[in-house]
Amino acid sequence: MSFAIKKQGEIVVVDVEGQLIVGNRQELKQRVLDELEKGERRFLIDFSQTGYIDSSGLGVLVSLSKKIREQGGELRLANLNDDLKTLFELTKLDTLFQISDTKERALETF
Amino acid sequence: MSSPLPFAPGRVHIALELEIPSDVRYIERVVEIVARQCAQFAYPQRQTCLNIPVALSEALSNAILRGNGDRSDKYVQVKVDVTQDRLILEVLDEGLGFNFEECLQDPTEPDNIEREDGRGLFLMTRLMDRIERFSNHGNVIRMTLRRHD
Repeated sequence: MSFAIKKQGEIVVVDVEGQLIVGNRQELKQRVLDELEKGERRFLIDFSQTGYIDSSGLGVLVSLSKKIREQGGELRLANLNDDLKTLFELTKLDTLFQISDTKERALETF
Repeated sequence: MSSPLPFAPGRVHIALELEIPSDVRYIERVVEIVARQCAQFAYPQRQTCLNIPVALSEALSNAILRGNGDRSDKYVQVKVDVTQDRLILEVLDEGLGFNFEECLQDPTEPDNIEREDGRGLFLMTRLMDRIERFSNHGNVIRMTLRRHD
């Protein structure tokens, strides 16, 4: 499990490779907060290479979204597979995030 | 030399016991082992990629962080019992236990939706068919999942 962060235009794109769970959620949180601290405001997390997400992973997404909004920015999500979509629907987090089917679509409309 | 018998899911029952130190880095490995056993019985992908990994991760992180207080000198035991029709998982920690119903909240309520925590027990109840909690020289959570094709 690892995270790759790169800049596409004005948007910071984070790839989550593997699981987003209690063992690595702090690393994701810190890396995104570091970018926020540097002045970045638009973030896209790409889940195309993600297996599963547990409640602490979901919690970190909620917390990051809140912190980014407080700084006048936005966190969006892309490429959730059907299982991950179900997870977001069960927890109603699909109502909290703007979720795109593809990274390209998310980048176009950000 | 006789050839090995083919895997006959209807007649096979797999029982495993694992013991891990209280360290969240072990969770992913335990989940992999259990999901692989269920995949052998051709459980549907939804169950091996969503229900089982997420519910088991939640039970293990509760056991490690809450039950055992994240203390590395304590252990968590996992019992796995899988057949063609159902999976039973028991996760045992060294803690005193808790009242499942009292701790269970609805994270989808407007007041809770932006909270960072509080989704673990809720997900376990949504992703498993049955959750039981009892004490047996420690705190045990038993989760049952029927195979849904």
